[in-house]
Amino acid sequence: MKELLWLIPTLPFTGALLLILFGRKLPRFAVSLIGAGSVGLAALITILIGIDFNSSSENSFQQVLWTWIDVAGFKPQIALHLDALSLVFIFVITFVGFLIHVYSTEFMQDDEGYARFFTYLNLFVYSMLILVLADNLVLMYFGWEGVGLCSYLLIGFWYLEEKNGYAARKAFIITRIGDTAMAIGLFMLFKAFGTLHIQSILTQAPQTWTVGSEGAVMIAFLLLGGAMGKSAQLPLQTWLPDAMAGPSPVSALIHAATMVTAGVYLIARMHVVFELAPLAQMWVGIIGSLTLLLAGFSALTQFDLKRILAYSTISQIGYMFLALGVGAWSAAIFHFMIHAFFKALLFLAAGAVIHLLHHEHNIFKMGGLKNKLPAIYWTFLIGSASLAAIPFVTGGFYSKDAILWLSLAGEKGNVGFFLAALIGAFITSVYTFRMVFVTFFGTEKTHVSHPAGNRMTMPLIILAALSTFAGFIELPHSIAHVELFSDFLKPVLPAITLQEGAESKEWIVQSIAVVISLSGVYMAYYFYIKKPELSDQLKTSSIDFHNFWFSGWGFDKAYDTLFVKPFVFMATINKQDIIDKFYDELVKLADFLHRVFSWTQSGLLRWYMMGIVIGAILIVTLSLLVGN
Amino acid sequence: MNTIPVESGLLLAGILFVLGMISVLVRRNIIFMLISVEIMLNAAGLAFIVAGSRWVQPDGQVMFIFILTMAAAEVSVGLALILQIYHQLKTLDSDAANRMKG
Repeated sequence: MKELLWLIPTLPFTGALLLILFGRKLPRFAVSLIGAGSVGLAALITILIGIDFNSSSENSFQQVLWTWIDVAGFKPQIALHLDALSLVFIFVITFVGFLIHVYSTEFMQDDEGYARFFTYLNLFVYSMLILVLADNLVLMYFGWEGVGLCSYLLIGFWYLEEKNGYAARKAFIITRIGDTAMAIGLFMLFKAFGTLHIQSILTQAPQTWTVGSEGAVMIAFLLLGGAMGKSAQLPLQTWLPDAMAGPSPVSALIHAATMVTAGVYLIARMHVVFELAPLAQMWVGIIGSLTLLLAGFSALTQFDLKRILAYSTISQIGYMFLALGVGAWSAAIFHFMIHAFFKALLFLAAGAVIHLLHHEHNIFKMGGLKNKLPAIYWTFLIGSASLAAIPFVTGGFYSKDAILWLSLAGEKGNVGFFLAALIGAFITSVYTFRMVFVTFFGTEKTHVSHPAGNRMTMPLIILAALSTFAGFIELPHSIAHVELFSDFLKPVLPAITLQEGAESKEWIVQSIAVVISLSGVYMAYYFYIKKPELSDQLKTSSIDFHNFWFSGWGFDKAYDTLFVKPFVFMATINKQDIIDKFYDELVKLADFLHRVFSWTQSGLLRWYMMGIVIGAILIVTLSLLVGN
Repeated sequence: MNTIPVESGLLLAGILFVLGMISVLVRRNIIFMLISVEIMLNAAGLAFIVAGSRWVQPDGQVMFIFILTMAAAEVSVGLALILQIYHQLKTLDSDAANRMKG
């Protein structure tokens, strides 16, 4: 069964290829069949391989397809590496990807670019699968850039509107900054080890470097740079809110569930390097905790439904980075998985709401949808509950609780990380339920055009079930001793060691987390249901704060003045191209000489004769002079 | 037997050559230019003969025969070209044949 591994990326790739070649001519039904079917088959194979993998005793499986390049010892192969970590990722990518494809067949059905949409989406799934399955960093970088390209194409999918093209370029350029850092990191890794094969690096690194050695720290920071760009972490987070210009399924698949977590995957995959560089690892945690707070506060003030979710995504990835920073590898991956389920669910539900309300994005113009769209309301509520980590019944509670607990009790954890995570958890539940209350409760302000169809609601229900029940595979020790997930990941990612004597305090942290998330919900309820006028008062009394948070802490403005404007200024003054002037003059000189010589071609026979005579006289004279 | 001194012979050849050259340069009628070229060729031939008799070698006369042969060939090609030019341009003015100018 494992030998079918190569089919998993190949199927979506074939789908994309078929749609590129014949997409325009095929009927919509065939396009949906190819687009969703290829990913569906890949998901099926993934599940079969997963079962096979679980029952076998081997911890990893290699499949070498062919050698890509073979130059002077540099020999990256097109080879796939399956282990517990990549299995979790390919499961989420193919399965959630399939649900989103099914959803898209209804969501996009009136769109002119129907085939184009599925082409890009299939290509994305293929690139993402290559990214997580690659057994060497060159192939991984190929996937990494592939998803970046698809992200660009899909953010700018409705390219007729100028601002969508702008958002697409912004996302592409900002992630490119991180990618450049990562590329330099890869060069340095190759210089240090003479190979980019991931498993070889992971085994050689502890022998080559001591803990905290300069090379390890340097490379870890460069890899972190790549991860920051892709995962929209501080200070490269500004592209993600604008990326919401793409269609909602794209936001769900690329900008919530899969691509933006590629940075988490990279750090988890290279965890040995990060463990050898404690400074860099600490910074992963610091960046994560700062990002989760900043993005959380920004989410509080947004009124565009998708932008709230975008900031929330940045914030939740901040949690994953925080977990990676304290060495809670499996907790980060667990939160990635649960987050993929509930955030895809929230984006799809939000997309459905926006779709059915004639493209209305403003939550304050929605309201009262609870009874009009019951299926969407209930699934959205389940997703929100998971995001806000409502205790005991949601998956989000278990995944976030693990991070909260380990950020305090883990060996590298401290009170600062814990407080950031705790405040973040409070803000998360406030903005989440603000969103729920404003959108679904109160009076109806915009009329619903038609109820959502089956292909849109079915994926929502499945994702709602997953985001609830997937949490029960890893329970905290204070409740029950279930740790299927971290046991599953143990061969790849080392378990975290706790600080001494911390075990007994776990229930205290949990109770604090429970109180925090519930009080967040109550606060949202108090401000937006019980006394709606209070929230307006608060907004007017602190309008400066509000605007500051609303604009995402002024990062866009700062980058605009720091980088964009000087660059545009330089480009304007150099419009004439100073360096080019030299070459312009060269061209003019050549042209002048050309004219002079062409003038001597007069066509007059006697003129030529004169030339010959003068030449002959010159030669004779010269030879006489030299001869004597 | 009085021999003509070498200097006189070469001087005559030089004068003939310069005369021919000047008339190639100043004449515009293409037939006269061809005749002038012939004069220059014969001047060169004369110089060979004089040199041959000076050193009592047959090579000078051999060269003259070469020059004669070449001149015959040249005249035939030249006259053919002149005919063509006259057909095309209805004139023998060499300055009129300047269509190839840069």
